[in-house]
Amino acid sequence: MALEVDVAHRLGAFDLQARFRAGPGLTALFGHSGSGKTSIVNIIGGLIRPRRGSVVVNGATLVDTERRIFVAKHRRRIGYVFQEPRLFPHLSVRSNLLYGRRFAPADAARADPDHVVELLGIGPLLHRRPGLLSGGERQRVAIGRALLAGPRLLLMDEPLASLDAARREEIMPYIERLRDESRIPVVYVSHALGEVARLANTVVLLANGRVEGVGPVNEILSRLDLVAVTGEEAAGAVIEARVAEHEERHLLTRVVCAAGEIRIPRLDIEVGATVRLRIRARDVIVAIRPPDGLSALNVLTGEIREMRDSASGVELLIDCHGVRLIAGLTRRSREALSLAVGTRVYAIVKTVALDRGSFGRGPVAGYGSGGPTADA
Amino acid sequence: MLGLSPDEWTAVRLSLRVATWAVIVSLPAGIAVALLLARREFWGKSVVNGLVHLPLVLPPVVTGYALLLLFGRTAPLGRLLDETFGLVFAFRWTGAALACAIMGFPLMVRAIRLSIEAVDRKLEDAAATLGANPGWVFATITLPLTLPGILAGMILSFAKALGEFGATITFVSNIPGETQTLPSAIYTLTQIPGAETAALRLSLISVAISMAALLASEVLARRLMVRLR
Repeated sequence: MALEVDVAHRLGAFDLQARFRAGPGLTALFGHSGSGKTSIVNIIGGLIRPRRGSVVVNGATLVDTERRIFVAKHRRRIGYVFQEPRLFPHLSVRSNLLYGRRFAPADAARADPDHVVELLGIGPLLHRRPGLLSGGERQRVAIGRALLAGPRLLLMDEPLASLDAARREEIMPYIERLRDESRIPVVYVSHALGEVARLANTVVLLANGRVEGVGPVNEILSRLDLVAVTGEEAAGAVIEARVAEHEERHLLTRVVCAAGEIRIPRLDIEVGATVRLRIRARDVIVAIRPPDGLSALNVLTGEIREMRDSASGVELLIDCHGVRLIAGLTRRSREALSLAVGTRVYAIVKTVALDRGSFGRGPVAGYGSGGPTADA
Repeated sequence: MLGLSPDEWTAVRLSLRVATWAVIVSLPAGIAVALLLARREFWGKSVVNGLVHLPLVLPPVVTGYALLLLFGRTAPLGRLLDETFGLVFAFRWTGAALACAIMGFPLMVRAIRLSIEAVDRKLEDAAATLGANPGWVFATITLPLTLPGILAGMILSFAKALGEFGATITFVSNIPGETQTLPSAIYTLTQIPGAETAALRLSLISVAISMAALLASEVLARRLMVRLR
């Protein structure tokens, strides 16, 4: 296990009690504001001393209140990318990047500066001052700076929250590459489900200072009992697929998964690559007969596995040949179609409704995490 | 040049030397006290704060007299310093520098403290997560970011030292060539009939030096701010 956290802490009236284990790859701490995400990363990074508990990273105990262990933050070798970049204004981009290098022990798996600069695309910025960079550039430099300190774990606390959609889109691919190409486990805090669906291998779902669920991203996001925590608006399943073809004339990309073909808006990823997409519950329409004369492009067949009433309607878990989708409908529709667990249905996904922001490169499960993949 | 007599030149040179040493010697202590007041909470903090600011509100004569009581030749502290380090303050230019340092200290501490308080502590946390221990964080982050305030504090203290009169004359008297700084020299000249021109000359020099110091600090501060932006 890359990370084992078991802590209790109190901040004013807020009570945090969190316990989870996470493997390598990217672990997302997801929850609404005030759920305790930032407190947890601050405890891991050593900025907060928890009242009780322990933190173990790659076998090294950083905190253990019972054994009176509390490793100082500068000795932890935990990289931290904050919400705001926190670049040192009096140093050049280059000096910012190299700041942590002199402190990294010789035996640390030190990242090669040239490689990191290339990975993050910050070569042209090296001799500039941080004050003259754009928000997205600053955040990329901050990520590089943390990587070059030779961390055993990288914490990212909503690194995209202060950026606009275009800048977020600019950085996401770099975080995907970081997740897939470096061996450093990442803990990523976010309250945006699209980001989590796109980036996470493992999800830790938090609400009111408690862990509501931990597991592979596709598993957690397709659990109906957790829809109330993620929010009905955002609820949706993450599926893994392979890029089969770009249909340039229609501005579409055809991807294939175990459930069949899905057409999505043109994706800038090469044919043959593995991608993940989130299909929101509200974007899925359910039919009990094969639909005819329909504009929607994607019709998948499956069987209802689970049904659960939500605050405003009902959520269905549909198993489409091993790919799990969630659909949200009204109770009236359920009655009209006489839906029940075991009913065979057609799940219709409207291409233009798909959340482009959550399309990402890479498989759903991280290497070595052993979690089930969507098409397993 | 300027038609200054050798004695007047001596006073100018002495003033510059006294002010420079006053700033150099009080700077480390000024940074330490500013750091203590800006960053630490401790019992008796307001007393320390009061002591530091006391020279600002006391009549300078009182400060000078207190120095005389502490560092005079027969005073215990003065004797101790003389015997162990051979350091004598009473009626020496070193005493003038000490008096000026004490008088300028509140101004220096205040400027540095404000600028330490303006440093974003989040940057220090970031440096720590990169592996820098508290000493390194101070040397590579806090200190460089505080530089404009340190500079301002040094200039204020220097300017105060050039103008210091009351405490100096009380503590080390008014000995030409040893403790007669510009203000003392000007005061002496105003007491002599017919020396008005000389007094005016020295006064103008005093204005010129102070003005030059302020301008230099302005230029330096502007350069630093550009670097930090």
